[in-house]
Amino acid sequence: MTPAAPILEVRALAKHFPLRRGLFGGATGKVHALDGVSFSLDRGETLSVVGESGCGKSTLGKTILRLTEPTSGEVWLGGERIDNLSVGRLRPLRRRMQVVFQDPFSSLNPRMRVRDILAEPMVNFGLAKSGARLDERVAALMDQVGLPREAMGRYPHEFSGGQRQRIGIARALAPGADLIICDEAVSALDVSVKAQIVNLLGDLQQALGLALLFISHDLAIVEHLTHRVAVMYLGKIVELCDRRTLFTRAHHPYTKALLSAVPVPDPLARRERIILRGDVPSPINPPSGCRFHTRCPFVFHRCRIEEPLLRPVGGGHVSACHLDAAVAADTEKLLPHHQEGPGAHSLGSTDPSGSLPSALGQTPDLRWLDHARPGPPN
Amino acid sequence: MSAVLPGDPAAAPTLPDVLPPVRRRGAVMRFVVRHPTIVAGGALIGLMIFIAICAPYLHTVDPTALAPARRTRAPSPQYWFGTDMLGRDIYSRVLYGSRVSLIVGFSVALLASVIGMLIGLVSGFVRWTDALIMRIMDGLMAIPGILLAIALMALTRGSVQNVIIAITVPQVPQVARLVRGLVLSLREQPFVEAATASGSRFWKIAFRHILPNTLAPLTVQATYICASAMITEAILSFIGAGTPPIIPSWGNIMAEGRALWQVKPYIVFFPAIFLSVTVLAVNLLGDGLRDALDPRAAGRL
Repeated sequence: MTPAAPILEVRALAKHFPLRRGLFGGATGKVHALDGVSFSLDRGETLSVVGESGCGKSTLGKTILRLTEPTSGEVWLGGERIDNLSVGRLRPLRRRMQVVFQDPFSSLNPRMRVRDILAEPMVNFGLAKSGARLDERVAALMDQVGLPREAMGRYPHEFSGGQRQRIGIARALAPGADLIICDEAVSALDVSVKAQIVNLLGDLQQALGLALLFISHDLAIVEHLTHRVAVMYLGKIVELCDRRTLFTRAHHPYTKALLSAVPVPDPLARRERIILRGDVPSPINPPSGCRFHTRCPFVFHRCRIEEPLLRPVGGGHVSACHLDAAVAADTEKLLPHHQEGPGAHSLGSTDPSGSLPSALGQTPDLRWLDHARPGPPN
Repeated sequence: MSAVLPGDPAAAPTLPDVLPPVRRRGAVMRFVVRHPTIVAGGALIGLMIFIAICAPYLHTVDPTALAPARRTRAPSPQYWFGTDMLGRDIYSRVLYGSRVSLIVGFSVALLASVIGMLIGLVSGFVRWTDALIMRIMDGLMAIPGILLAIALMALTRGSVQNVIIAITVPQVPQVARLVRGLVLSLREQPFVEAATASGSRFWKIAFRHILPNTLAPLTVQATYICASAMITEAILSFIGAGTPPIIPSWGNIMAEGRALWQVKPYIVFFPAIFLSVTVLAVNLLGDGLRDALDPRAAGRL
């Protein structure tokens, strides 16, 4: 692979959980937790995944980590396809991607000392030959996340929530990962602690060149640390663009509604609020056509029958909305033809209108996914 | 700067001692006050273990020595608990009998915990074995424990080992169920997923992450098994399906005194007191451990 290969590439990833009823009942339905999610993530880059609860954000993280098996689709880690590897073949590759969980209380084994928690990944991957070397590495990790070295011999319950989250981050750093998936990593923390952890993650990213997949429901936090943002709704990415574009020129009505819900710390600020009515539809039986049509303020006939695909709307910005179709129709003609290769894969479901290249026997280009490369935030 | 005068509104009035002075206690006393049941239960069990070990030195005689001339004597300075219908000293027999009860109780608790834990671990972790193992466990649980033990004893020769095995078998399913439930909830915990993500192998996850977190509830369950095993042993001996009559055990002594209990109640009374106190002690210890180890689960078990 070329050095420019993205650290993580996800292609049309889907995860359906079968529903079983009764004693011998077979699958009576399935929960569409993820449906055709595609994106790529470069070294040293942060991609945030935002959306309401139940939209499949966490399932996305777990499926990439192979903590749950994907139903279909591909996951490429640093140029290697990992979604179809056996457990034994995958294990050495796990070193490159680590995870930080939301709940700092249940994500650390209450019966292990901090030293053992941090040493475990290094022992598993054979990264330290001697006990003294291991202690040295653990001490260095404690320094890196701003915990006192003396705390190595303590148990997790002796720490505060923020300190535990630091332990969780240190564990993720321990094997020298390139990619860290932060599954709501700061959502359970107090505001002041949240800011510290976000800053810590930013510093570590700068120092170590980490790629972060930052799963969150909090756009205010996302605004502070991300390069690009993917907005998810009911198991699909509805919009993906760089941070500045999202907060200034969001296209998708759902993104606009999310943005209008972010509190602004200015009592005089008056702005347009888009209030969504109703609940998220059930992922067991997702709505036909556009999955957002049941709550969209701009819904029209086409939305109910035809599923909108992610279309480029300029500058590496993609959005899945029929309102953009007019713009997209022009852009599509400009799409360069892409050669058939391991990277070629159709995005999402097929377009019944037949207006997309996939229906014309061509493979849609994935390159727009990584067009926009803004500098680091702030 | 002028001194604040008495009566000056700026001066804070002398506050009365609202909080009583904190009494300083030693570590031992603090433990006793915080966990009275553990201390009481532990002390009684310790006493019983002491009696069992030191039985030969506690002014006892040979518990099997017959003395047909001195049958059914009432308690007296010579025979503290009296003698039975064969003239054997009940005091000596009760003290020696504590050995059988304690050995059976502790062995069954240990064996049932270890076997049940392994079965529960496999059942909770290896999904395809779950239904099979749990149906077998359900089958075992459907037979009343005491009947199963009697049936097992009927198949074998009466001896302490066989009694232990016969009592262990009906206890295993309960431990297996408990551990399976714990494993099923623990395996979904984020720290287990984090261990998977950091490359831990299956066995490492099972024995380093899951198992240590099941030990607290398992210890509590083990004390209850210990108490119930002592009672079951006494029942088996009482109906003649347990320890051979040559070996003095509390069940045996009570079985032999059964025919005379209306005229010579002390024959049954003394071993019964010892059995009750020991079972009470083990249960006290279990209750105390349950509250101390996992306050959240206090109402569950």
